[in-house]
Amino acid sequence: MITTRQLVRRFGDQEAVAGVDLDVPAGEIYGFLGPNGAGKSTTVRMLCTLLSITGGEATVAGFDVATQPGEVRLRIGVALQEASLDPKQTGRELLNLHARLYGLSKSDATRRVAELERLVDIGDALDRRIGGYSGGMRRRLDLAASLLHEPNILFLDEPTTGLDPVSRAAVWEEVRRLNTELGMIIFLTTQYLEEADELAHRVGIINDGKIVAEGTPAELKRRVGADVVVASISGDATAACAALRDVDGVSSVEQHGDELTIAVDDGPALLSPVAVALSSQNVKVLGLTLRTPTLDDVFLDVTGNRMKASAA
Amino acid sequence: MTATTPTNPIAIYARRAESAVTLARPSGLVRNVRTVQGDYKAFQLPSAVIFAVTGISRAGSLVMDIQDGYFDRLLLTPVRRIALLLGLLAADLVQTILLTIPVIGVALAIGVRFDTGILGIVVFILMASLWAIAFSGFIYAIALKTGSPTAVGQSFILFFPFAFLTTSSVPQSVMTGWLAAVVPWNPLTYLFEGFRSLVTGGWEARPLLVGFLAIAGTATVSMSVCMATLRGRVKRG
Repeated sequence: MITTRQLVRRFGDQEAVAGVDLDVPAGEIYGFLGPNGAGKSTTVRMLCTLLSITGGEATVAGFDVATQPGEVRLRIGVALQEASLDPKQTGRELLNLHARLYGLSKSDATRRVAELERLVDIGDALDRRIGGYSGGMRRRLDLAASLLHEPNILFLDEPTTGLDPVSRAAVWEEVRRLNTELGMIIFLTTQYLEEADELAHRVGIINDGKIVAEGTPAELKRRVGADVVVASISGDATAACAALRDVDGVSSVEQHGDELTIAVDDGPALLSPVAVALSSQNVKVLGLTLRTPTLDDVFLDVTGNRMKASAA
Repeated sequence: MTATTPTNPIAIYARRAESAVTLARPSGLVRNVRTVQGDYKAFQLPSAVIFAVTGISRAGSLVMDIQDGYFDRLLLTPVRRIALLLGLLAADLVQTILLTIPVIGVALAIGVRFDTGILGIVVFILMASLWAIAFSGFIYAIALKTGSPTAVGQSFILFFPFAFLTTSSVPQSVMTGWLAAVVPWNPLTYLFEGFRSLVTGGWEARPLLVGFLAIAGTATVSMSVCMATLRGRVKRG
């Protein structure tokens, strides 16, 4: 499992991670969300032993990342955001090299590479130089390289960024398989909220170096409200917000430019009162949509901003 | 044999040395070079070899690995940090040996003879390669500290004070003033002493021992700096 207590990382005077507490139990897929610069990559780099911690403590797979980094490295697999692969090697050479770096014998390395060929799924290209691979092929090879030593915990840093829908679906399927069949803990950072919603058992949202929300996707969405009404308007948005907050059944109103996100207890019943409240303020309603809350609504609720990239 | 104006390939460096001597002479730092006795080609061979191999390293590749994240991937493996450097140094060692051999070949072709024979040539190549490895520790430290190809490219400048404030172009006996005072503090002075003993002095224990100690001392400092920089890289991310 992964445990942190008051984990801190400072860069000079700046506190990039400001007291993060995490508890990720065995068998869980944990989605770690946050805007750029929120501290999620710094947290992951500390947990992976790539960056020393400034304060607090962290254990991964039962070992302290500060005092037992070698033990941690043996038990984790990491696929970083940029698939960092040597373009001059063939895919097979890279996998064999990494298998040997993890201490696998030659025969074990050959066996593991053969097992992972299905995941890589690039056919004959496995014996061609990586320099000629597409982004999707690199990602899959990177993921395979991180699984060679059969780790207990897998850190995936934005694993599907830049992938086409088919490749993305293949990665999602593999993540689920690793979790369900092998019981592997998956620590997933992603900018695609749909990805976290689809895969993660629990989600943590980090902002300004602190965890601002944590729970199952359903719990987090319930926190926003049963339903969400999204109104696109032109006119005095501030007055409209004030009027909407006075409507019975409206739990919160967030303004984001000309878009108002209104969390309500009963969407179908409150659609009409919301429209009336808006028209009473003489604002022009350009669109009114009723939907169930998404993690993006949760993100807006706890950070005050929407995630910039969300195109899964 | 009195030193003469060199006219062979090896003397590219000798010409450079002459320039240094020309600069140094008016300031009274060097006596008349023409009083130097011996084979000047043989005298200059160590300089040619040292200039050929010093700065040879895979620090440029290391910087690329740092920039594209491949070095992080290696750091994530349970391999010891020192092993990541030793792998690079082992490759450097092979390259410096391959670079030293043709320089010595040219020297032999133009008439330089080793008083210590074939074994002396082998020891000469070994010394040159070990020196290159020892010095490369500084370059790797710069690569790890900065992650910048420009900084690595300019790191050879570090070598200049070592290269010219020593006996690379003239013997210590003809130096005067502050130059004579500085030269004994330069490890290269003792390295040159060891090299030259192999070429023109025959088997002498003291200069060889001092030469290898100079390499060991340089390596101790450079590799300590390098490992500290590697640890610092993980500390600061």
